Amino acid sequence: MFPTPIHKSPPAAQIAYKVLLPVALVIWLIPLIGVAVTSLRPASDLAAGNYFGMPSSLAFGNYADVFQNSPIGWYILNSFKVTIPTVIGAVALSCLTGFALAVYGFRANLWVFFAFVAGNFIPFQILMVPVRDMTLKAGMYDTTIGLVLFHVAFQTGLCTLFMRNFIKGLPFALIESARVEGVSEWRIFRHIVLPLMRPAIAALSVLVFTFVWNDYFWATVLVQGQHAMPVTAGLYALNGQWVAAWHLVSAGSIVAALPPVLMFFLMQRHFIAGLTLGATKG
Amino acid sequence: MANAKPAGFWKRNQLKIAPWVFLAPGGIMFLIYVLIPIVQSVWISFHDWDGLGDKVWIGVANYVELLDDDTFYTALKNNVLWLVLYLLAIPMGLAVALFLNQTVFGIRLYKSLFFFPFVISQVVVGLMFTWFYAPDFGLFSQFIKWLTGTEVAILADERFVTYGIIAAGLWPQTAYCMILYLTGLNNLNPEQIEAARMDNARGLRLLWHVILPQLAPATFIAMVVTVIGALRSFDLVSIMTAGGPYGSSQVLSYFMYEQALSEYGYRMGYGAAIAVVLFLIMMVFITLFILRMIMQERNR
Repeated sequence: MFPTPIHKSPPAAQIAYKVLLPVALVIWLIPLIGVAVTSLRPASDLAAGNYFGMPSSLAFGNYADVFQNSPIGWYILNSFKVTIPTVIGAVALSCLTGFALAVYGFRANLWVFFAFVAGNFIPFQILMVPVRDMTLKAGMYDTTIGLVLFHVAFQTGLCTLFMRNFIKGLPFALIESARVEGVSEWRIFRHIVLPLMRPAIAALSVLVFTFVWNDYFWATVLVQGQHAMPVTAGLYALNGQWVAAWHLVSAGSIVAALPPVLMFFLMQRHFIAGLTLGATKG
Repeated sequence: MANAKPAGFWKRNQLKIAPWVFLAPGGIMFLIYVLIPIVQSVWISFHDWDGLGDKVWIGVANYVELLDDDTFYTALKNNVLWLVLYLLAIPMGLAVALFLNQTVFGIRLYKSLFFFPFVISQVVVGLMFTWFYAPDFGLFSQFIKWLTGTEVAILADERFVTYGIIAAGLWPQTAYCMILYLTGLNNLNPEQIEAARMDNARGLRLLWHVILPQLAPATFIAMVVTVIGALRSFDLVSIMTAGGPYGSSQVLSYFMYEQALSEYGYRMGYGAAIAVVLFLIMMVFITLFILRMIMQERNR
């Protein structure tokens, strides 16, 4: 293990480490803590210049205010309407593409694979004008479906990379022996490979959920009106309305950040497995 | 079987056809929404187009105009700055990972909490740092005031604004690199480390000669995501300054968006030309990454 485990150090160093940990954490999270505290500060505190002291009372009312007097609840619903279908679509499609690229040694295999990988790294701006135009012409501008279709297509790139490498790590002998027994390719996929892909599916679902939930660029490019706006773009619009009402901006920020945060804490193991794929080998 | 012939054809060619059937749904989506639009953008960049009327072919005029546009050079300079400073996320992430790679009570929770900034949307990160930097009541500007006696409005000052935004971006990016390194550190080869310790390698020497080579895969991925992240920087610029003050925090990605879809009129052709430049810059890096991946595939 590196660095040397702390419990082999002198007791003074051990105590210093245990004190340093929470101190470092607080410094690291200061912007977040500041916003969290501000979100619970009554408006009167801010008016009186009490920005850093203890809030005079805990104003949970800020949150009620945000939900009652702004469409943020609606924006959050929109975000779910975009994110959940995207997760299902992208993961389903990439199970198929990943299987194709991992199991069959056809000639164009590596080229197709690298097209997916490269497409995943390009700047969004090179897609912006044509995708917006296409979405307009298809009558899907300003709808959640328009966003979902784009996100599914784009996330399939990342997911294919992940799925292909995951299936490559499965024992190929399983597939070979099924073929010898005359099992069809579809049934091999459906009944042999797919059940083994559960961890990969879980990891990718959490990852895609977070990425798509947090998307801001496409939310501003493909959506204009309130009725389809996801919470990232919505929060930015509200920020313009709530000039200097930092208690509301803070409460809104916390609300918008909450779903991916909960997702992360509930599915932490899968999340990290997805994110760090390839960080250990290869 | 009544219909033996097609079944026979399928049986014989199943292995050749099956991959294309599996590829089709995802591949077609990817083609329509990602690969073809790249070509279309290049095509549009040779036109004058407002997004509604007819496209007018103007050859390379958009690119010529770009070479004469001051904002383009500001954006380009800032993109270089982003790229260079963003790479700091890698050593910083490694440092945090080394700090947290212990087994004391509650360390798992600490690791998750340090990772926290990465999970939050960049819109929220941008708002947090806007608040953090705000003159009068922002924690950071209070700290600077206490330290130097003068007040600085980071996001309204042409000298500091880009650095301020990059610092906000480094926060989640460092968390990302940290988690990559923590995973890497978990999978170190303990025998090599013990052997090196027997040979009296300690501290930085041990880190440099034994640990870092073993962390190479993590470093590679950290490089990829950091370079791509730096060049993609859009959200924070849009949220925190919208390129201001006076265009001093522009980056190519935001400049493109502003030209193509702003209140000053829709200049799709000009925007596409900016996007092509950004795309070419990124292609240099993407090609390098893919070359490395191809070499690894060969070695497998």
